[in-house]
Amino acid sequence: MILRLTLRSLTNRWITVALTIFATALSVALFLGVEKVRTGARASFANTVSGVDLIAGARSGSVQLLLYSVFRIGSATNNITWESYQDLAALPAVDWIVPLSLGDSHRGFRVLGTTEAYFDRYKYRGGRSLAFAEGERFGDIFDAVLGADVARALGYRLGDEIIVAHGIASFSYHDDKPFRVAGILEKTGTPVDRTVHVSLEGIEAIHVDWQGGARLGPAISAEEVRTMDLTPKAITAAMIGVTSKLAVFRLQRAINEYPEEPLLAVLPGVALQELWGLVGVAETALAGVSAMVVATALLGMGAMILAGLGERRREMAILRAVGARPRTVVTMLLLEAALISLAAAALGLVLLYGGLVILQPWLDTTYGLYISIAPPGGTEIAILAAIVATGTAVGLVPALRAYRMSLADGMRVTQ
Amino acid sequence: MPPEAELHGGVATAGLAIHAHDARFTWPGAGRFSISIPHLAIKAGERVFLHGPSGSGKSTMLSLLAGIVAPQAGEIEIMGAPFSALSGSKRDRVRAERFGIIFQMFNLLPYASAIDNVLLPLAFAPERAARVGRARVAEAQRLLTALGLPRDAVETARADRLSVGQQQRVAVARALIGTPDIVIADEPTSALDTGARDAFLSLLFEQVAAAGATLVMVSHDTGLGAEFDRSLALGDIAQVERA
Repeated sequence: MILRLTLRSLTNRWITVALTIFATALSVALFLGVEKVRTGARASFANTVSGVDLIAGARSGSVQLLLYSVFRIGSATNNITWESYQDLAALPAVDWIVPLSLGDSHRGFRVLGTTEAYFDRYKYRGGRSLAFAEGERFGDIFDAVLGADVARALGYRLGDEIIVAHGIASFSYHDDKPFRVAGILEKTGTPVDRTVHVSLEGIEAIHVDWQGGARLGPAISAEEVRTMDLTPKAITAAMIGVTSKLAVFRLQRAINEYPEEPLLAVLPGVALQELWGLVGVAETALAGVSAMVVATALLGMGAMILAGLGERRREMAILRAVGARPRTVVTMLLLEAALISLAAAALGLVLLYGGLVILQPWLDTTYGLYISIAPPGGTEIAILAAIVATGTAVGLVPALRAYRMSLADGMRVTQ
Repeated sequence: MPPEAELHGGVATAGLAIHAHDARFTWPGAGRFSISIPHLAIKAGERVFLHGPSGSGKSTMLSLLAGIVAPQAGEIEIMGAPFSALSGSKRDRVRAERFGIIFQMFNLLPYASAIDNVLLPLAFAPERAARVGRARVAEAQRLLTALGLPRDAVETARADRLSVGQQQRVAVARALIGTPDIVIADEPTSALDTGARDAFLSLLFEQVAAAGATLVMVSHDTGLGAEFDRSLALGDIAQVERA
């Protein structure tokens, strides 16, 4: 009866109640969404590189090295000379090594110079290999393999020509030496999707007549360049696999202490942890802000119930007259707060999943952020339970006020 | 010596529905409105009319009789048992079980149906609910029909869709369901016109008699007093003070 009356009373004020539920639901969806994006981002990052034991580059910060080599974020401060690379490759603990040469771009997408071994060694999401949607690996100096997003965003088909720009955001183009699309990769949900892959020789070839940021000396044509020695002079970084997992730390130390050149080797997992340490503050701030939004919405609900008490004095007096204890009045108001919070939590979940279904493809293609749509897990359920509990606790304020009112009013209220 | 004095002297209070002696109550907080009832005895089954102008402490008097507030001094007994001396929640329970209360107007929860409004006291009074038995809705329906309400008006429609006169009759049905001992009515006819008032009163008397309940009705309209067993001026039984 109490529950039925509470529901009737709520539906009687449905506009205010619905608005309150909606506002709270939005805040719940925001809060859960932030949590989803956070865990999604972590999973996305963690899924990007797998099976790589060490990443080596010029000495800088380990997070910076990880970001520019694997995530194509930021750029290298320095290069590794080809001689150093050869020395690393010759170390006994090194099972395989894949060079990465970054620095150029194509219409906003990074161009990566590498070897064919890249397609064998690069693994993502727990050991999955790159697969070709169309075409094949580069067979020629001027062949390019496109990530799925590059091909889709720019509408490229096999055989199309690509002009590589010098640098990340520049207006000088290697337009004398166009590349040809030789292959298009399957979607991976990693930065590979947004990368143009070419051979190391291709990178060397387009820079053969360049010095620094400008063309220098007599132009060398694409045909002429084929006859030249295209061994690179430097690369940006290298992915390394070790012969035995036990050798990882020894190899890391050996690279870090390499005498000819200051180098840095990082374990991707460790560098990721360091990255989380850095972004943890921002994450906490974001979670804090969204928690405040939830708190604001719940306080708004409390204010709504409180404001409604004035015109519900009559209701309270009737209930008291038929024998309801002040405690029953308190129970009704707490129940009201609990029901609103519960409805808000449920609607919040609906909004969250609705939003995810709509935004997931966009987040994936635009930010490479793949958020899996899974049923709410333990954390989400705990968060929702905490929200409902807090909402009910907020209901204590109007409930206690109603308690005092119903004691003081007696049967005096006639309006 | 008036009969009240005999009772007051400690002779059995059996047969009395309401018995107040030396009761004094002051509202807490600002205003300091206080009322004292040296002596009041109402027999079971009696129909008593209390009249007094507004501001004479009618609502406070009824709050005291219904146990919504308790006197700071003195005592009020109900059906021969202590009442005002009980704790607040015990008084609430006694009120639920033994009282039916009819207000001046706005008696009903506007969002509930008339039937639900009639059944409301049973949610707080298990014994009263047991007296009604399993066929609660049928009993509510019976009372509403006896009070002249059309069947279709009361079953599903929200209570605030009913006319004022209909709402007052639903309130009577609510007060009487499960045959309470005492019905307290606070100016139940003031919102009705004369014709409706007389019809309402005769229905009220009829149903109160059928339930065997005691009726205490308060009104400023002294013209209604003739219909009752006894008519008391509020000023004679209670003294009001304002600090």
